[in-house]
Amino acid sequence: MTENLMINIAVIILFLPFLGFVVTLLLGSKIKKIYYFENFVLFLGLAGSIIIAFGKLTSFDATTITSEFTWINLGNTPIMGEIKINLGILIDNISTLMMVVVMLISFLVHIFSIEYMRGDPRYNRYFAYLGLFTFSMSGIVLTHNILMMYIFWELVGVSSYLLIGFWFEKKSAADAGKKAFIVNRIGDIGMFIGILILFTTYHTFTFDDIFQQISQGHLPFDSGFWLTITGLLIFAGAIGKSAQVPLHVWLPDAMEGPTPVSALIHAATMVAAGVYLVVRIFGILTADAMLIIAVIGALSAFIPATIALTQNDIKKVLAYSTVSQLGYMIMALGVGAFKFAFFHLITHAFFKACLFLGSGSVIHAMHHEQDIRNMGGLRKKMPITYYTFLIASVAISGVPLTSGFLSKDGILAGSYAFANLTGHYLFPIVGFFVAMLTAFYMFRLIILTFHGEPRDKEKYEHAHESKFTMAMPLVVLSVLSIFFWYTPNPVNPEDGWVLSDWIKAPQLYTPENTRYEFMVPDEHTNVQPGSEEIMYSETYVEAMHAIHIPAMILSLLIAGLGILLAYLFYQWKRIDVGKLVEKFKGLYNFSFNKWYFDEAYDATAVNGTLGLSRLLGRFDLKIIDGIVNGTAYITKGFSTFIGKFDNVVVDGLVNFMAYLSGFIGLVFRRFQTGKVQTYLVFVLVSVVILLFIFKSF
Amino acid sequence: MIHAGLTHFLVISVALFSLGIYGVITRKNAVMVLMGIELILNSANINFIAFARFGNFGLQGQIIALFIIVLAAAEAAIALAIVLNIYKNLSNINVDEMDSLKD
Repeated sequence: MTENLMINIAVIILFLPFLGFVVTLLLGSKIKKIYYFENFVLFLGLAGSIIIAFGKLTSFDATTITSEFTWINLGNTPIMGEIKINLGILIDNISTLMMVVVMLISFLVHIFSIEYMRGDPRYNRYFAYLGLFTFSMSGIVLTHNILMMYIFWELVGVSSYLLIGFWFEKKSAADAGKKAFIVNRIGDIGMFIGILILFTTYHTFTFDDIFQQISQGHLPFDSGFWLTITGLLIFAGAIGKSAQVPLHVWLPDAMEGPTPVSALIHAATMVAAGVYLVVRIFGILTADAMLIIAVIGALSAFIPATIALTQNDIKKVLAYSTVSQLGYMIMALGVGAFKFAFFHLITHAFFKACLFLGSGSVIHAMHHEQDIRNMGGLRKKMPITYYTFLIASVAISGVPLTSGFLSKDGILAGSYAFANLTGHYLFPIVGFFVAMLTAFYMFRLIILTFHGEPRDKEKYEHAHESKFTMAMPLVVLSVLSIFFWYTPNPVNPEDGWVLSDWIKAPQLYTPENTRYEFMVPDEHTNVQPGSEEIMYSETYVEAMHAIHIPAMILSLLIAGLGILLAYLFYQWKRIDVGKLVEKFKGLYNFSFNKWYFDEAYDATAVNGTLGLSRLLGRFDLKIIDGIVNGTAYITKGFSTFIGKFDNVVVDGLVNFMAYLSGFIGLVFRRFQTGKVQTYLVFVLVSVVILLFIFKSF
Repeated sequence: MIHAGLTHFLVISVALFSLGIYGVITRKNAVMVLMGIELILNSANINFIAFARFGNFGLQGQIIALFIIVLAAAEAAIALAIVLNIYKNLSNINVDEMDSLKD
């Protein structure tokens, strides 16, 4: 397979979903079955992405393949010199893997939606929106420059807005769409400023050019501090998209959208875009930036995990769990566990999509009942959903033999090693604690939903296992949550092809004095571009190696503890949950009310904005309108005066002239008798008078 | 015997002119008005001839007088024709009733 062919396929699979979107949208109202076209297109996209991934991972070991064209040529600009804005495609291991994940999940969600959305009045439009979303997401993944990424970034925002607010007749859904869009925008402002700083410094948007210039020591404003700021500003975009604290509030609300959408957007792809962005710019993050990123990731892992403990809506629990897992990935990037962060992105995409689709299956069966307090006992009614859900839950909890165990254990080990190297022990503590919370709330969810006795008999009676098109994606995704796809050794992911071959150690471009010490290469470290065998430095590799076994045992114990607690609380009922809630009422309410984030934002940001708007509105009404009205009033007065002047003086003069003429005419008419003799008398008299006048001559 | 001088002729001319004007203004009958006009023309003739006789102008005055006689004859012919036509239309020849020019 040649590079050209791969670029061509990449371009085709990028635009296929767009084609699907346009066709489905335009013909949706005319042809009922047009959604099959959209599904077919996605199937082609999936096939194409697998071909590229296969080609890239087998034939082009370490190289990145790019292809670009000049989109806008600004020519020779006065201050910045020669500027060309190039768009292009970047194919490397990470983008191909990401492409497969996006296309696969998108395809499965399409299949799932056929049954789930049946009977919806805007059925075809739903598939069109899915196509638009897939197109935008592929754009983010395949781009080789940050400007194009920003464009697709916003397109993802738009399509997620459309999909979250798909049932816009419901006010809560419309509001959730708006909220998602606006909250994302806050992060995007930061990202935009970051992009502008990069562009003013490097006069290019292309990742590779920027990275090369940074590695040559050309920094924004010639200071490492500004490199940190730039990295963090771009990371702000990821905070918004990946729903990190403090901008995570939109994700739980986004559950108002159709459940397959939640699986596609809010579990596997869109929220992963933020992580993907950080993965892309990882090489230019300084130690300070990484520390802040790690802190935000740790907070995002911890806070939503505590909220998920008490939520009763099946989708809300999964939403908070998503934020928490994304926090893990961000934290992993912050502590330098680059490979595991991206690995977790992939594994999480599969098992979380499986969980969301599973919850969709349950909600479908229960006739849009989402409250787990009204479920229970569904295991017997829905065995396929139950077992796939169980496998995914086991994976997210980090139980061995699952993909989640591999990636999560790697992140925990990475944070532990980071702590050993730098002394920030809070990260592993948060990591392990959240791992326990995760196991607990996931099994709480499973036990309340599937085990025990049905609590709503009537709905239970009507519940049924989903049809094949809905069950098939669940099975595929749950099978993908098992270890053997990633590594032959279920306890050591480093042995597997994903971590040893597919995900390469990242290239670092930052000046060495701004890095963590362990990220500066040792003497023996191989620093050949793209072909590093050693992650960062030997110090780091040794630290990771030393921590591997203890971290694994610890994480196993902790996951087991979480599951055990969940069984004690809800299955065997050894501990009375009600009493415990009574005892820790304050804590429970704090968690149940989501740490009062929404209330706090309402009180500050929302009300502040509204208040400011009201103030400005009043300013408009009183001052601006006052000025305008005053001007109008003055003009009106002046016009009245001018009108009077016209009427009285000008018209008066004209009328006076007319009257005068009339008067004169009236007088002189008397002379016009028509009689010859009278005229003659006048002549005579006149001649006599003239004689008297001129007599002296 | 007193030789008649320029002044005498001019006095006669003025007297004729005044009589002519009087006639033209006061008579109602259009024929009488025409006769007044004849008097005015002849007073002018006398003036011309008098100046020709006593002034240093050669024969110019007399020639103009001849022209005026011819002109007076022509004028009388046309004017009488007009008067006849007026009579046909209005059944009288009163000058003060001919005021249709007023409108």
